[in-house]
Amino acid sequence: MAASTAPEPTVGDSAGTGPNHGLRIFLLWLPLAVAADLLLWFVYGPHMPPGDMSTSAIGQQFDIKVMSVMAAPVMAFVLVYGVYALIVWRHREGDDEDGPPIHGHTRIQTTWIAMTSVIVLCLAAFGTYELAGTGMAGAGGGEGPSPIWKPNGSNYLQVQVIAQQWRFTFRYPQFGGFETTALVLPVNRPVQFNVTSIDVIHSFWAYQLGVKADANPGVNNVAYTTARQLGMFKVECAELCGLWHGAMYDFGRVVSASAFQAWAAATETQLAAYTKMLPPYATTYDPTTVAQLSKAMIAAGITGANGLYYPPNDPVQP
Amino acid sequence: MAFLAVVALALFVVIKLFLTDGPPTVAFGTTVAADTGATVNVVMQEDPQNDVSTHPDWVSYFIQSPTTHQWVHTTLFQVPAGSRIHMTIYGYDGCTPLRNNLWGEVMGTIGNVAYEDGKPFKALNSYSGCNVAHTFSIPGIGLNVPMGSPSLALIAKPGLCSSSPCTTDNPHEVMTFSFNSPKVPGEYFWQCRIPCGGGFIDGFGGPMQTIGFMTGNVVVVN
Repeated sequence: MAASTAPEPTVGDSAGTGPNHGLRIFLLWLPLAVAADLLLWFVYGPHMPPGDMSTSAIGQQFDIKVMSVMAAPVMAFVLVYGVYALIVWRHREGDDEDGPPIHGHTRIQTTWIAMTSVIVLCLAAFGTYELAGTGMAGAGGGEGPSPIWKPNGSNYLQVQVIAQQWRFTFRYPQFGGFETTALVLPVNRPVQFNVTSIDVIHSFWAYQLGVKADANPGVNNVAYTTARQLGMFKVECAELCGLWHGAMYDFGRVVSASAFQAWAAATETQLAAYTKMLPPYATTYDPTTVAQLSKAMIAAGITGANGLYYPPNDPVQP
Repeated sequence: MAFLAVVALALFVVIKLFLTDGPPTVAFGTTVAADTGATVNVVMQEDPQNDVSTHPDWVSYFIQSPTTHQWVHTTLFQVPAGSRIHMTIYGYDGCTPLRNNLWGEVMGTIGNVAYEDGKPFKALNSYSGCNVAHTFSIPGIGLNVPMGSPSLALIAKPGLCSSSPCTTDNPHEVMTFSFNSPKVPGEYFWQCRIPCGGGFIDGFGGPMQTIGFMTGNVVVVN
């Protein structure tokens, strides 16, 4: 009977005269959230992965920083709320009653929906602008054979990444099409990676450059970046590709523009005789379409006229 | 209890047969001190088949023991660090063009040169003729040497190797080259880059990815 005569409590103030818990939690949370965000942005932010060696890496680092400063206040709120609840709302001896029922609050709901909508729409617009706006340098991921985004101008360096079990090799079509096991890039010049494979599925991952693009046979997967710092970077395969997948890694170098020019010119000359052995530059190397290879196979009598390595009924799965 | 005994027995069999048993490692230069640059001779052969495994149709390497001079069916061998490794590889297998002709280039040997039947060469163009059977490549030290193959005319003659290990009476090429073993001890994998795994997708399965056949480790020790 007592329940039917009791006054209806309101949100945040069960008795109408108690402390304002919402305000308390907010005041505890606010300095913690601000401090966490400042530390994340200014102290840890510059050291966040994948670093700032290239435009793509800088973009990815920025993304992670933004996610961190958005996530930190949420985590701080959960922490503050939990600790506050444990201290203030903990069960006390003799207090066995249920808490007051909470009814809808139109103003809070409207404000919540409006604010989250504004935040999401602003982030979407900001992200779109950053990705496609002028002066940016791509996301570092493979865009497929017909990229929707390209760097400004035409002065970008083309580097073909050819994956094979279990090594990457690199071809420079603007320097006579020489192919080498060394990946050397100039600083401050946009690079177009044309990533492909000549056997199974691989993935070209230059972590410090913020570039990761699948290497699929018969596909030219294009990715862009611009190196901003001199130094070494690691290149590894990020797709399980067989027995020695774990050993399929190497190191590339970012050098000055003049050093790159000298290296490329010298390598082109040094490898000229070997470059003649290679098929003409193409964006993919399907063994069945490399004319010289097909001819050699047929001449050796180890395949049919279709140019396949083995007859149609062979290869078979083990 | 019986169930546990059966499980234990099964585990033992799996561990013994599949996880611990493998090809032996042939040790070279065991009397040579590391980091002296001393020459260590390693002799191998690559055969179009083998008669010593459960996969007789798989192409395979063999290594000649320096002590018994017997051919051992393995692709694991040990050399001292910082030594000059002189390789002799007898090639009995026929040709298959390279998928990437870059690997026709000799890389990482002393002088960037290799010898086929005593004749020096710096590259073999597998697209211009039937002349490359396999490669011997150690990516970790940048080594790559194309292995020449007997000519089609030679292969067409009687006496082609049909049982392993092959003998020098069979048509073959003799490939020689030298390289410096790394100064850092460890296991450096080596592989063949010719898609010679017939019967597998793109020719790169089976023997190409099985230690003891066409890939293995060079164990470098101090």
